[in-house]
Amino acid sequence: MKVEEQPDLTSAPVTPPASPRPAPTNGRWAGYRGLLTARMKELWREPEVVFWVFVFPLLLAFGLGIAFRDKPVGVTNVAVVASPGAQRTAGWLNKISPRPAAIHADVLPQAEAFNRFRLGKYALVIIPQAEGGLRYRYDPARPESVLARAQVDDALQAAAGRKEVIPTSSETAVEPGSRYIDFLIPGLLGMNLMNSGMWGIGFALVDMRQRKLLKRFLATPMRRGDFLLALSSSRLVLMLIEVVLLLGFGVLVFHMRVLGSLVSILFIGTVGALSFGGLGLLTASRAEKIETVSGLINVVMLPMWVFSGVFFSYERFPAMMLPFIKALPLTALNDALRATILEGAPLATQGTRLAIMAVWGGVSFLLALRWFKWI
Amino acid sequence: MDVVVRCRNLFKTYDGKVEAVCGLDLEIRIGECFGLLGPNGAGKTTTIEILEGLLPPTSGEVEILGRNWGAHQRELRELLGISLQETRLSEKLTVRETLKLFSSFYQFPSSPQAVMEEMALMEKADTWVGKLSGGQRQRLAVAAALVGNPRILFLDEPTTGLDPQSRRQLWDIVRQFQKRGGTVLLTTHYMDEAERLCDRLAIIDHGKIITEGTPAELIKRYCGQNMVEFAVTPAIDGGGRELWQSLPGVEAVHEEDGLTSLSVREAHQTIPALLEAVEERGWRLVHLTTRQASLEDVFVHLTGRHLREE
Repeated sequence: MKVEEQPDLTSAPVTPPASPRPAPTNGRWAGYRGLLTARMKELWREPEVVFWVFVFPLLLAFGLGIAFRDKPVGVTNVAVVASPGAQRTAGWLNKISPRPAAIHADVLPQAEAFNRFRLGKYALVIIPQAEGGLRYRYDPARPESVLARAQVDDALQAAAGRKEVIPTSSETAVEPGSRYIDFLIPGLLGMNLMNSGMWGIGFALVDMRQRKLLKRFLATPMRRGDFLLALSSSRLVLMLIEVVLLLGFGVLVFHMRVLGSLVSILFIGTVGALSFGGLGLLTASRAEKIETVSGLINVVMLPMWVFSGVFFSYERFPAMMLPFIKALPLTALNDALRATILEGAPLATQGTRLAIMAVWGGVSFLLALRWFKWI
Repeated sequence: MDVVVRCRNLFKTYDGKVEAVCGLDLEIRIGECFGLLGPNGAGKTTTIEILEGLLPPTSGEVEILGRNWGAHQRELRELLGISLQETRLSEKLTVRETLKLFSSFYQFPSSPQAVMEEMALMEKADTWVGKLSGGQRQRLAVAAALVGNPRILFLDEPTTGLDPQSRRQLWDIVRQFQKRGGTVLLTTHYMDEAERLCDRLAIIDHGKIITEGTPAELIKRYCGQNMVEFAVTPAIDGGGRELWQSLPGVEAVHEEDGLTSLSVREAHQTIPALLEAVEERGWRLVHLTTRQASLEDVFVHLTGRHLREE
């Protein structure tokens, strides 16, 4: 066998290696660092990633925050069906109703009043009866309709001379922490961690497998563990940015109050991101085509979109479903984030939720390692 | 002569039925460029991937640099440079970044800069992989194999689909690597590539090696030195085979599409005799050429088929 000089790495770089060899140029973690650097660059250069991971949640938060902003309950629009006494009834309502929650009454022919009621323009239709009484047409499934009925009834009865049995007064409470946007932002954060974890790991892996890049990596001395570690690390870096961006947005734009410590929030975010990373790895463990894995990812995520209380509280679902819902990793993540961000709950109280996420992530990870198809 | 790659009695059966490789023996010596030549589906890729340790053989032994895949996986990976038949590298990394990434996996890599210079990729150093031409991508794929500073280079169909200029560039790269003492194993279905680039080669068909040797040896062994091709009228439908065989210097006869090919040692002895024989029988030559025999002729001689038929 030919023995050559020690390779001079600067001038004759592609010299077939000589023996004995000098100290390695690359240490134990060079491969991990190389993979992480490359992964971050790739992510950053992918406009879709930047949009879906960073811009989309902010747009969603902004849009929903505006649409469901807490405003004083607006003017209640009611229709009075045209009849001899209709003008008087409408006049009472327009004049006497308590302020600022004013009632606005219009007099309309019956058909038009009913039609506009159906379309949502009026919350209530008042139908004066021949014998002098009034009949309310309202929809018990529409909160504003129910409210309008009570408001109008109160106003008309008072106008007719009803005396309050107990004197009452009221005060308003619109505090940051109890608004919809406050509920929404932690939910969006959880959903975003799920989305980017599943896509960022699951899709990326199958894409690399389909392009034979996984196989090409395995043809080098790269350690498989380093590869998975680098992929997870890239997720955690993104998680950090996602958390800071969404919370920062909530604080700056919607004056949201973050009660829990950032460390606790980031810890929960880390557990959540890793949990979904594990699920992503599992969905990607055998799929050969990105079409297959896209379907799988959606199947896994769909129940959580619906049940895990991203946009509305899961308490609306029947009680018998709650144990199942609470066992989902996104529910655990959303609940833990809300408790910490909105109520300032200490990390110690979130043990069960963290454990649920850890079990999902851990079991998925172990199964994935067993089934994973590298080549 | 040191043998750096050796396999014995290699079998690979897919799904218990498709026999991709059946009973293959190979010995590749240090410093040579060894080619596996064969048509598509002959088992070339399966063979090279088994040797690369990417595919487990159903049975058989593989020994590389005195080591085997079961016990010395990590060590071997440091010593081999591998380019797969088709890898789509990350499109959004630049050439330099891609080579940096691959070099980071090896303990003793070459510098990406030097590899780019050697592979004529400097101009594209900071271009995204997605923007490279086919030839540039293929050079990058080989560069990614070279950046690990390997002793043995495995190239699976390195020039398939490339234009002539890019092919020649890749051949130069292989020769340079060899000049520095590297050993190369490549698969190809281009007989000209095998003929020009390989010191020795094995022709492989249906998972078996049908012959092995230097290109010149193989041509001489099976096809003599020259090929004489002709056609006569009236067409004689194979009836002439014995006649042609009896002409002086003829080693083999192959007939196809009305054209008869004779493998001959010395064309100047065969041709006069051929002309005479044709004239005696009142036939007429409608076509006559002579040329150097090639590996393609060897393959046709051995299998009755052309390399690129499938």
